[in-house]
Amino acid sequence: MSDYKAVIGLEVHAELDTASKIYCGCTTAFGGEENTHVCPVCLGLPGALPLLNEKVVEFCIKAGLALNCKINNYSRQDRKHYFYPDLPKSFQTSQLDLPICYDGYLDIEVNGQTKRIGITRIHIEEDAGKLIHGLTGTRVDYNRGATGLIEIVSEPDLSSPEEVYAYMETLRQVLLYTGVSNCKMEEGSLRCDVNVSIHKEGEPFGVRTEMKNINSLSAAKAATAYEIKRQKQVLEEGGSLFQATLRWDDAKGINYVMRVKEHADEYYYFPEPDIMPIVISPEKVEAIRATLPELPKARQQRYKEQYGLSDYDANILTVSKALSDLFDQAVAECQGPAKACANFIMGDITRLLNEEALQPEEVPFGGKELAELANLASQGAISSSAASKVVEMLFQPEFAGKGPKAIVEEQNLGQVSDQGAIKAMCQQVIDANPKIVEDYRGGKKQAISALVGQVMKASKGKANPAMANQLLEELLGS
Amino acid sequence: MDNMQKQELASLTLTQAAGLLAKGEASSSELTKLMLDRIAASNNNAYITVNAEAMAAAEAADARRREGGSLSPVDGLPMALKDNFCVRGMKTTCASRMLENFVPPYTATVAEKLADAGTVLLGKVNMDEFAAGNATDTSYFGPTKNPRDPKRVAGGSSGGSAAAVAEDTAYFTMGSDTGGSVRQPAAFCGVVGLKPTYGRVSRYGVVAFASSLDQVGPLNKTVEDCALTLSLIAGRDPRDASSLPNPVPDYLAGLKGAEGLKGLRVGVPKEYMGPGIQAEIRENVKKLIADLQTAGAIVEECSLPQLEYALSAYYVISSAEFSSNLGRFDGVKYGYRAKSYDGYDDMLRRTRSEAFGDEVKRRILLGTYTLSAGYFDAYYLRAQKARTLIMEDFRRAFSQYDILLTPTTPVTAWPLGTAFEDPSKVYAMDLCTVSVNVAGLPAISLPWGTDREGMPVGVQLIGPTLSEDRILQAAHGVEALSLHNYGEGRGQKGGGVHV
Ligand SMILES: [Zn+2]
Repeated sequence: MSDYKAVIGLEVHAELDTASKIYCGCTTAFGGEENTHVCPVCLGLPGALPLLNEKVVEFCIKAGLALNCKINNYSRQDRKHYFYPDLPKSFQTSQLDLPICYDGYLDIEVNGQTKRIGITRIHIEEDAGKLIHGLTGTRVDYNRGATGLIEIVSEPDLSSPEEVYAYMETLRQVLLYTGVSNCKMEEGSLRCDVNVSIHKEGEPFGVRTEMKNINSLSAAKAATAYEIKRQKQVLEEGGSLFQATLRWDDAKGINYVMRVKEHADEYYYFPEPDIMPIVISPEKVEAIRATLPELPKARQQRYKEQYGLSDYDANILTVSKALSDLFDQAVAECQGPAKACANFIMGDITRLLNEEALQPEEVPFGGKELAELANLASQGAISSSAASKVVEMLFQPEFAGKGPKAIVEEQNLGQVSDQGAIKAMCQQVIDANPKIVEDYRGGKKQAISALVGQVMKASKGKANPAMANQLLEELLGS
Repeated sequence: MDNMQKQELASLTLTQAAGLLAKGEASSSELTKLMLDRIAASNNNAYITVNAEAMAAAEAADARRREGGSLSPVDGLPMALKDNFCVRGMKTTCASRMLENFVPPYTATVAEKLADAGTVLLGKVNMDEFAAGNATDTSYFGPTKNPRDPKRVAGGSSGGSAAAVAEDTAYFTMGSDTGGSVRQPAAFCGVVGLKPTYGRVSRYGVVAFASSLDQVGPLNKTVEDCALTLSLIAGRDPRDASSLPNPVPDYLAGLKGAEGLKGLRVGVPKEYMGPGIQAEIRENVKKLIADLQTAGAIVEECSLPQLEYALSAYYVISSAEFSSNLGRFDGVKYGYRAKSYDGYDDMLRRTRSEAFGDEVKRRILLGTYTLSAGYFDAYYLRAQKARTLIMEDFRRAFSQYDILLTPTTPVTAWPLGTAFEDPSKVYAMDLCTVSVNVAGLPAISLPWGTDREGMPVGVQLIGPTLSEDRILQAAHGVEALSLHNYGEGRGQKGGGVHV
């Protein structure tokens, strides 16, 4: 049973984050009242002509370079024909044999092992509209129609559901870093088709099925796992598989057969006569390459080498480009160790983003503020609990525009490092806790932390705990 | 105004009518009213839709002129558009049941330019359904009759455009030419028709037939009118990616009658003078060759050997693009929708079956077939290769000649209702015109005498890319020779115009 191997390839569709659609000036903003983000061009009205949005080509090249692809200097668009109500022209303007990008790869990591997944090609095409099934019938909303997409086709190099997950996750990260797509899977900005077949070592590839339009990482993983298991079961029971398009029902956790493919799909492709060939100069490619941000892998490496961060910290910090950028900006201005800035991001900031249901891009302050906070903390000017409070306040609108220093002063959160004052508090705590003092003197050295806790409590969290610890030891004459 | 005066006024050329308006001897309202009355009285079925706002537009033009604020020399002159030009708020039917009630929410660039020049839109004129045809007999609204002889076809697909000019129900019209659709009806009706270089005039808002071949062109009474009209519509349109950025020359400047023919090197491709061409037409062309030589032109026979593939290449490419462009008519968003159906697929099938005519269906089937995966290489790809060879042929010819001279059509206008043995016989009627579209070149057709039955014969002058000024100059010379030979009138010999 376990000697079956899965062969998996992915076609990922990413909606491009350009301001306007691929062939007209209509906005790509999500939502909007039905059929309000439309014009004669994206509605495909007779006589209207497409004008290719240069940004779409640029974004595709950018994605291609980030995924180590070669760029075709001469490419073109083709018409792919099929009838469906959400496709207003009865053809999707896509690319057939001359895609903009080809022959790239993406390295993914599964169980600590790096695996290189080939990228066959990346091409541009237009999105379709959306069907809305109502009680009185089906309506079509073309707001999303003709938004620019890239389709990223992988080689069948993946072999497990875990690899599918890692591939999607890593790919998503690259697309977010390059700013090519906002990758909001819940809005359909990133979706994938998963092709699965299984075979035994040394035998030819098995019959392939395709699961269409999967729109979450976990669904891609679950659907793949289900499909591999289903195919094994069929074969083991002596049955035979047939080529089919499947639909994954994420709620029920099962695949439905949408249609059985008896013939290859017929799309009557031919070169789009209304759009001129896309000619891309090597200079243009280099100019776009120069705008590529440092990608997650490179950043992780730098964090480990330059700041001595652990693998774990480096990975967490680079999950989102926004937080990684925040870290880089803060470190540049921070006098203390980089780890202090990292801890704020991985701790308080991440916690507050979750609590407030905010995206990483929505952190309401910048690297300068974070550096100021980290400096205060590492200089001992505030305690760690006070620092947490400052972060919380930085997230509140009423503190907008105020830096950590100003907040600490205004809220009187400064750590007390006045030896005399702390010494007096320590003496009070010693006097009030004879039992603990007795334990300590009797050899239970860890009892001192209970006394430090009491000092912190008495100081409302403002006492410098290290100093309190030291003074207590002195007073107890150890 | 008596009838004689009215007839005189109606038969003025665009340039003459513009002169009258400039001198204040006629008003736009007068001319527009005259045209509207003639449209109402005509039995030729040139018009599909008459613009209810035409008189208001004419009055506005008159008001501008009174205040000295005319928009152009042709401000206030009434004209008509082929019914595949979108005009916001006005029906654009493409002569099809499919779009019988389609009112576009936007306006074609050319229609906008003509409106900006102040011309008055009289209405939308008849055509073959979705421009698929060469006799305007596939129109859902019935055929257009040839004003020279109402028992004959007007040609097509811009048959309404040619007929309206010939019957004096517009001072000029616009058509579209995919394989001869401006030049052939111009030849049949005895008027001037120009197909500009692919990309010289915007296609935006003109319902597409075959995107890589379509080009908008004017139909006029004279070559001078044609040059004037082209000046109004030529130029780059940022909404049409295929439109050319080259500056627009002064097309009127080079017109100097027969003088313009001196030293002109004219090639006559022998492939278009063979037995496929009606003998009388060949005779007329030979007469023109002699006259050209007398006028100082150098005329030689030449050969374009790849032309034999032009007709097949044209029908493969145009049908492929046609089938693709017409897929959008599915009954979902606008246009005809079948009354009863069961689900989307059934609605699609019934809608298209009920609303498309036979010729449209034939070409959709042909196009779909040639684009099928198994046949793509054998048809579409080979046709594109032939296209490259044909372009090469023309390039070679133009290294030796300034222009090429051919008949516009193999025959003169045939009787309405002629039953051709099979569709390929009808397609063969496009022999002389399609190669020009396949190569993207400019060409003009103008009248040159008649056949024995008095039907106009058209001659075609083809030039290299963007040589509209050159072919207009040559055509102006030929027109002068025509006046000298055949006398007054646009190629007709004696025969009156039937309105
Ligand atoms: Zn739009």
